[in-house]
Formats: sequence, structure tokens, C-alpha cells
Amino acid sequence: MSGSAPKIQAFVRHDTLPSVAPPVSETGAVKWLRENLFSSVGNSIMTLLAAYCLYALISAIVPWVFNGVWRADSIRDCREVLDGAVGGCFAVIAERWPQLVFGNYPSEHYGRAVIAFLMLFVALAPILFIELPRKMLWFTGLFPFIAYWLIWGGTLWLPILALVGVVAGFAAFRALETKSFFGALIAGLVVTLAFWLFLAGPLSTGLSSVVPLTLERVESREIGGFMINFILGTSCIALSLPLGIALALGRQSNLPIIKMICVMFIEFIRGVPLITLLFVASVMLAYFLPPGTNFDLILRVIIMITLFASAYMAEAIRGGLAALPKGQYEAGDSLGLDYWQSMRLIILPQALKIAIPSIVNIAISLFKDTTLVSIISMFDMLGMIKGPILSSTDWFGVYWELYVFAALLFFVFTFGISKYSQYLERKLATDHR
Amino acid sequence: MSTMSDPTQPVFRLSMLVNDTRYRGITFQIIAFFAIVFLFGWMAWNATQNLAALGQNISYGFLGEGAGYDINQKLIPYASTDTHLRAAFVGILNTLLVAFLGCITATIIGVTVGVLRLSNNWLVAKLMSGYVEIFRNVPVLIWILIIFSVMSNALPAPSAFRGENATASMVMDAFAFTNRGVYIPRPVWEPGSWMVVTVFFLSIVGIFALRRYAVKLLFDTGREIPVLKLSLAIFFVPTLLVYFLTGMPISLAYPSLQGFNFQGGIQIFGSLIGLWFALALYTGAFIAENVRGGIMSVSKGQTEAAAALGMRPGRIMRLVILPQALRVIIPPLISQYLNLTKNSSLAAAVGYMDITGTLGGITLNQTGRSFEAILLLMLFYLIISLSIAGVMNIYNNAIKLKER
Amino acid sequence: MKKTVFLGALAIAGVAGVMASAQTLDDVKARGALNCGISTGLVGFASQDANGEWQGFDVAVCRAVAAAVLGDASAVDFTPTTNQVRFEVLNSGEIDMLARNTTWTFSRDVDLKLEFAGVNYYDGQGFMVPAALGVTSAKELDGATVCIQAGTTTELNLADFFRINNMSYQPVPISTASEAQQQYLAGSCDVYTTDASGLAATRAAFEDPSGHIILPEIISKEPLGPLVRHGDNEWGDVVRWTLNALIAAEELGVTSANIEELAAGTDNPEINRLLGSEGSLGEMLGVSADWAKNAIAANGNYGEIFERYIGQNTPIGLARGLNAQWTEGGLLYAPPFR
Repeated sequence: MSGSAPKIQAFVRHDTLPSVAPPVSETGAVKWLRENLFSSVGNSIMTLLAAYCLYALISAIVPWVFNGVWRADSIRDCREVLDGAVGGCFAVIAERWPQLVFGNYPSEHYGRAVIAFLMLFVALAPILFIELPRKMLWFTGLFPFIAYWLIWGGTLWLPILALVGVVAGFAAFRALETKSFFGALIAGLVVTLAFWLFLAGPLSTGLSSVVPLTLERVESREIGGFMINFILGTSCIALSLPLGIALALGRQSNLPIIKMICVMFIEFIRGVPLITLLFVASVMLAYFLPPGTNFDLILRVIIMITLFASAYMAEAIRGGLAALPKGQYEAGDSLGLDYWQSMRLIILPQALKIAIPSIVNIAISLFKDTTLVSIISMFDMLGMIKGPILSSTDWFGVYWELYVFAALLFFVFTFGISKYSQYLERKLATDHR
Repeated sequence: MSTMSDPTQPVFRLSMLVNDTRYRGITFQIIAFFAIVFLFGWMAWNATQNLAALGQNISYGFLGEGAGYDINQKLIPYASTDTHLRAAFVGILNTLLVAFLGCITATIIGVTVGVLRLSNNWLVAKLMSGYVEIFRNVPVLIWILIIFSVMSNALPAPSAFRGENATASMVMDAFAFTNRGVYIPRPVWEPGSWMVVTVFFLSIVGIFALRRYAVKLLFDTGREIPVLKLSLAIFFVPTLLVYFLTGMPISLAYPSLQGFNFQGGIQIFGSLIGLWFALALYTGAFIAENVRGGIMSVSKGQTEAAAALGMRPGRIMRLVILPQALRVIIPPLISQYLNLTKNSSLAAAVGYMDITGTLGGITLNQTGRSFEAILLLMLFYLIISLSIAGVMNIYNNAIKLKER
Repeated sequence: MKKTVFLGALAIAGVAGVMASAQTLDDVKARGALNCGISTGLVGFASQDANGEWQGFDVAVCRAVAAAVLGDASAVDFTPTTNQVRFEVLNSGEIDMLARNTTWTFSRDVDLKLEFAGVNYYDGQGFMVPAALGVTSAKELDGATVCIQAGTTTELNLADFFRINNMSYQPVPISTASEAQQQYLAGSCDVYTTDASGLAATRAAFEDPSGHIILPEIISKEPLGPLVRHGDNEWGDVVRWTLNALIAAEELGVTSANIEELAAGTDNPEINRLLGSEGSLGEMLGVSADWAKNAIAANGNYGEIFERYIGQNTPIGLARGLNAQWTEGGLLYAPPFR
């Protein structure tokens, strides 16, 4: 080829030109602005509208926050300090902070509640993050007993014996597991319950008279504030999950009576507002128990919220069960596994994984719904605000500050959980590929 | 556990009731059934014992007694001399009203926000996700309280409209926005107005017919007709014509400040507005997420295919994306509607007289019949929820069928 | 995961089984504490300070009963109750007595099977309006928007008052006093109505109390008092006579300051019988002989309690009015202690 090269003077550039800066409209902030905010007339209008909304919001909120009074003894003081200017009276939060968080919990024992709160995160960590060592789950198992002891106080023997009851139940379960999974499950539950009902009480009194090991007892009615939202939230979520699985399996089961019972329960609970169930807990439950028995209000509320949440959990898990291909069920059958084996080893692990995002959503809404207990005169965070704080002579007349503070506190926690759920979704999504 | 045996079958052993899969299911079911029956029987027996010990009884007679209290917002005539039952009905209608308004507004907010959140406009998208996160992550009860506070503190009191140097004034002399609610003009129906109304409804039917015809025409011949202009013409011209021909039988009564309050117009109560917007904004945030999820579930290829056919972005959304996304959106939408209806029971926090406020609130307090009132309350919500779920399931199935 | 809560409460349920029948007095003594139901918060009557201590006029009644029965005014467990649940909480045995500014009415006494132990505050429903409105009488309120506290007898009285006077009004029911105040101040209603004591308490907390006037009309009788379950007369007697002891103490001039001195014995046989240095009233009631002395020493006599929580020197600033002793033109009239 080269031999027959025509005599054309080729222009070959040997050195690269210095690169010219891109046009102003195509770089940096301007480009970004053009592409993201002013790409068309309609877009520009929307941007301006949005900017105006943002400005209106900020100009309303900023002076209120920055002029806020943080140190005052009463709303009258606040008004004096503000002297007619716009500003929040945040002093109420500063002064009533312990009440908002702990309710009437004895102030000398705040440390106990805080320790229980911190331990909760350690206990939750291995559940939330699969990377952590599995050995930590032992602590998770122990946590409820420790937390109960720390928060309510009393003798340590009660939670220890409760734990022994669980261990005994588990032993019974393991002993019978080979015969029939379901039978073993029932037997385990029966053993645990029997141990709690008949042995735990007398044994703990006996043991504590020998070795006391007691913390000062705190009555349920003294527990309040954000703490009660947290206790209700965590315990109800934890308790409703197994119940929800049982209900979901019952609803999918091919035994007509079991299925009917589960469907009726789920539809009933999902059909009524939580507030009516709480009315039942506070007003009617006492009528349905033998004359003379009286439950702790917190326990009654925990039972009701757990039942409520379990119906929603059941629906979420049912969604997971339904999303599994039929082949998975058939695979279990073809391997000769019985119902409980195939459920436990094949179906549930996959179904639960699919259901995790909706389970987390239910957990978030459950946590938010714990504020409803303020309507049945429990002093949770909102009840504390509406009751004792706003009706005290000092703070009669403050509203926004407290509600905004409550909203903020809830936001921090629920936003955290929802971010976690998104992280989990991403993680599970990669698993599928 | 196993008292039933069948002597006619010698091969049958009692242990088979537990061990044989053929019988085990039946055994368990019978046990479960009797356990449930026993549980309910036990609870009922306890209840009768307890009530007897307190000297009380279960009686719904109180529903027929005079209620003795007044209700501000009533959709049916009601006075304090009416019965508790009628008060309960007023409450039921108020619940249905706020649920209905809330569902519609929440849907509008949710769809708008859900679509805008996917917009290319950075600021708008961020603003919308800020809205969604803030509303989703704070308990609805706190929102109801906050929004009601905003309502009653940000808007002027009726007294601000009074006097020479009034600080507030009515919008177009027809609408008054006060912290007691919004006053709007009330139509006054005079004889002959039925003709105008009939023509109005007929013209709406006409518009629908026109749209169908236009689509048919487009499919059959490819010819387009200016649907929008024609629709507007049909909407306005006949009605106005009849209105003037019959001598203007419909007039508006404008609200005006008389004595303590505005009189003459229709008052939309502040408690209704507060509750309505709180529920709509809260539920709207959830619906927005559903809508976003639904839209994202439609593969991008659909958008590109539609764009390749030369469709404009608005039409792509309306004709291609949304119909497919709806299948994903509808089921969670139903449960959001249900949630909104159930959350409307928090009305008591702002003094809105829904069923929880009348039957479960004042009636319960005045008569002390909490047992009966709460049972009726649960029954009502159960019926409402089941019927909403039923209706929406039918709709859901109808949409699903098109898939095949 | 949190089975312990269940377990612990099972244990509690086992121990704290309450006999909702006839031995409340024995139960209280065995328990060593009185379970008393109070309001979730009403300025002057029951409110909680920053330390979580309950204070107020109704709270003082609970403390007096605890002191009479157990000799310890602090041996009270307070259960805050809302309007909705108050009677149920009492009937279910969760509390022993209810001191929650509850109006004594026929149907509550007879139909709801409750027993009122007496009256600790004679109240009546009144109206408060902004002074700028220029209203001087409740008869001028035709067409007004009225804020009321939901779930109280005030709603019924209000309906009756306006019907009798052939006037129209718009009710705005509000669940708590603090929210009602907010609505009223914002102008969402022209009038705020509740018991006159509540009006005074509300007005006292305003930025500018003089900008609001309480109209002269009192449209109802609201005898507020502590109540107990029907059918336990011994316990009802304890609460009734503790209240009477507080009232009688004021009449007889027994105060928390001079009670120790008087308890040693005086010339007045009624004081002696009351304070237990003579006779056996305590024994008849099933409590210790110095029951009334303890009850009075807890917070002082009726007059002292009144002055401390709601009297002229407090922000609430209520005058004694109907709640003065019968000797001073009021309605307080304790039956004789003999």
C-alpha cells in the first residue's frame, strides 16, 4: 500500500491542542442548574414554586427556633424574655426533659433504664446485621430478662426462673422433637407456662429470701414518657412476629376450621381501629377475666397491641408465602418432609426473607401507634405532654414546642428504622442476582 | 385428648388420631375448635359474673333515650332532644364524610407527589421526598394535633373581620377563611332550579359520550376532533342557557358576619378541615411511596417504546405507564384507604364529632354504657372496613382481568 | 423476645388479685397503699410537678384517706384517668376510690352503681368571654360558638340552657382543658364554658387575665366529690367520714399547726372524739383511733387544703363562696362526730 502512496500533503498533527474549557453552560454549577432545575419552561416554573415554598417554610421556622428561649422557669418568664418577639419557649423541654423521656420513673434509677436502653442496641445488633458474630445472639436471648429486671426491679430470681422455664420448655421440645415437631412445640409451651405459673412464683420468693439479689421495685404506673413508647414498641414487635407466623401458616393451611379461625381473627383485628382495641384493654378486658384478677395496665396494652400487630404481621408473611413458587412446596413434599419440616427448613426462611420489607414497615407503624395509648390515659410521651405538663400552672399555654419535640424524637427513630429497611432491601436485592 | 374411638373399625387405634396424617388434621381441628369455644364461653361466663357482682347488666336501651347534647356538624337534622341512636348516626355520617374527603385528597396528593418525586427537577424531587419522609415517620396523632394547631392559630378569628379597621377580609366577598372553619356561599334553590340541574347532569353525560365518540372516531378513521373545546362548550353553554331562560332560579347566599359568627353560607368546620388535611397529608405520603413503587415497577423499555412511537411525556405517563403501574398500586392503596378510615377515629383529639366522638365519646360518658358502646363501635368499623375491602377487591379483580 | 414482661405481670396478677367486692378496707390495709384515681391533669385539682409528685385539691383528698387508713399520707398510688374510663377503672377494682372532680348525679349514683362519699367542692357551670366582645350576660350569647370539654356534664347543661332560653349556639367539643384554652385564646370560639372553678383556673393562667370576664350566670349545680364502688359500705364510710373530718376540723378550728396540741386532749368533747382522745370512733370505722388526726395532719383541714391549692393566694384565686362553712354562709356542713 505504502508504495503507491499518492502525493498528497497529509496534515498530521503531532502535538495535542491545549484543551479548551467547555462552554460555561455545560460545566459545573450552571450545567447542573440547567439540567436539574431549568431544563424547560415548566420545569423552571416548578423550581421557582418549590423555592418559594421552601423560603416560606424556612422564614417561618428559623426565627421561631433561633429566638427560642431555653432557660426560663415558666411560660410567664418565657413571655417576658421574648417580649412580644416570635420565638419558641423551649425551656419547657429543658425543664421537663426527664418527664418526657422517663415519665414518673424514680429519678435515682434513671441509670437502670438507660443501661437497659443501651443494651437493647447490643441485643438487636446481631439480628439487624448478619455480619456480626452469631454468638451475640445468646445475649439477645438473655436481654429480655435482664431488661425486665433493670426496668421493673424486684428480685433477680423472677427473671432467672423465667429463663429456667424457657430452658425447660426448650429441653422438652428437643426431647420430643424427633417424634412430632408440632407436638414438641406444644409440649414445650405447656412446660414453660406450667413452670411459670406454678413453680416460678413460690421458688422466687423462696430463693430471694435466701439470697435477695433485688433492685428496688418500680411500679408500672411510674413508667412513662418516651420510655413506654419504646417498651411497648419493642416488646409488641418481638411478640407479634411468632404469633404472626402462626396466624399466616394457619390461614394458608388446608385444615378448614383452623383456617376459618385464623381468617376471622385477622379480618376482625384488621377491621377495627387500634384505639377501640385499646379501649377494650383499658375498660373491657377486666370484665372478661375471672372476678378478682386484675392485670397490670401495661400488660393489658401489650397484649392488645401484640394481637393487633400480629394480624398485620400475618398478612405480610402470607404475602411472602404466596410469593414463593409452588415448586418450593412440591420440592419439600417430594423430599418426604412432613408439613413442619418443610415449613421450617424450606418455606419459612424464604418467605420471611421476602416479607422483611413489609415486616419492617409494620414495625415502624406499630412504634408510631404506641402514641395512641395517651388516649386511654397512659402517660406516654404524648400523654405526658397533654396531661401533666400542659396542665401544670407553669406551662399552661405551651403547645408547639412540645409537639414538635415529640415529632422530632419519633422521626429520629422511625427514620433510622426505615433507612435500615432500605439497606436491607438493597442487600437482599443483590442476593437475588 | 382422644375420647372418640370408633369400635366398628378394629384396625383403628387411638394413637392414630395423633400419629396418622389422615386423622391428625381432624383431631387438631376439633381440639382447636373446642379450645376456642371454651375460651369464649369462659370469657362470657366471667363477664356475666362480673357484671352481676357490680349489679349491672348489658342493655342497649340507652340508644333510645334522649341524648341531651348538641353536635356542631350534622349532615342530618339533629337536636339535643333526639336519641343517642340518632346522635350515633350523625357520628357515622361524619366519619364517612371525613374518610371520603380524606381518601380523595390523599389520592390526589399521593399521585402528584409520587410522580413529582421521580421528576428530573432536583429541587422538586428533594422537596417531595422531604415531605414523604417527614410525614411518614411521625405518628399521625401528633400530625393531627399539629395541623389543627396551625389551623386555629394561623387563620384569623371571625372578630378580625369586624369593624372599620378589620385586619382580615373576605376573599371576593364570598369566601371567609377563619379559624372556626371556611365559609362558602350557599346555593339557594328556587322553583325551576330542577331544570337547570337536570340539564347540567345531562351535559356531563354528553361530555362522556363525546369522549367515547372521539376515541371511536380516532380508532376508526384516524380523525381527531378538538375534544377539550367541545367538552367545555357542552359543559357551559346548555346549562347557562337554561339558567337564564328560566329566569335565574339558583342564587347564592353569601356568608356575612352577623353577631358572633358568619351566617348565611355553608360552614366547613375547622375540626373537619384539620382532621381531613392531617389524614390526607399523612396517608398521602404513604400513597406517594406506593405510586412511586408502582411507576418504577414498569420497565423503562415501556417508556422508551412509547417515546419511540412519538408520544409526548404527559401521554406516556397517562396512557402507558399509569395503566400498568395501577395493578401494582391498587392493592396497597386499598389498605391505605382502610388505614385512613380507621385513623379517622382519632377525631376526638380535635373535637370532630365522628362516631368515636358521639357514640364512643359523649354517649359513652353520659350513659356510662362503655361495654355496649365499644362493642357497637367495633362493629361499625368492622362493617365499614369489610365493605371497603370488598368493593376495592372487586375493582382490583376487574383490573387484573385485563392483564390476560 | 420479651416474654418476661408477660411473666412478670403474671406474677403481679397473681399477687395483686383484687377482690372487687366487699373488703376494700382490708385490701388497702393488706396492700399498704391506697389506689386512688385522679384526673390526668387539671390545674389546681390534680397536676404533677417537675418531680412527678401529684399535687392539688383532689389529690389532697386521696392523701387524707391514705393517712386515715394507713397512717401515711404518701402511701397512695395515683392512677390518672380520663373522662371515658374513670368509672370502669373504679368498677374493675383497679382503684379503690375516685377523686376526680366528678359531678354527683342521679344516674351515676343509681344507674351506674357508684357511691358518692360526699361533696368536696360545690361548683357550677359558668361562661367566660373576652372582654372585648362586650357581652355582659349569658343571655346575650345567641349564635355564639362555645368551647366545651367533651365527656362531662357541662355538655348537657349547655344544651339545656340554650334550649330553655331559645337561643342557638355551636358547640366545639375539646378533650382537655389545655387544648380548650388554646382554642379559646385563638378565637376559635367566643365563649369557654366549664365549671366556674375551672374557668378561674384557666383565666389565671392567661397572659392578660383582665382581658376576659366570667359572666355572672351559673347555669348548673355541680357538686363534685370522691366516689367509691357500690356495695362496700364500710369502705364508703371510711371515705365519707374522712372527708367529713376535714370539714369538721375547719369548723372546730383544728389545723395542721395546732393538731398535735389538740390531740393531747381538750375541753371540747367533739374535738376529742374527732381526734381519738375520747370515744372509739376509729374502732367503729375499722381504722386506728387517731385516723382523723392523721388525715388532718396530712394536708391540714379543708380550709387549709383549699387555700393551698385553689384559694385566693394561688394563681387560681378562687373565693370560698359556696364552699365556706355553713357558719359563714356556705354549704359545708359536716354531720356531728358522735
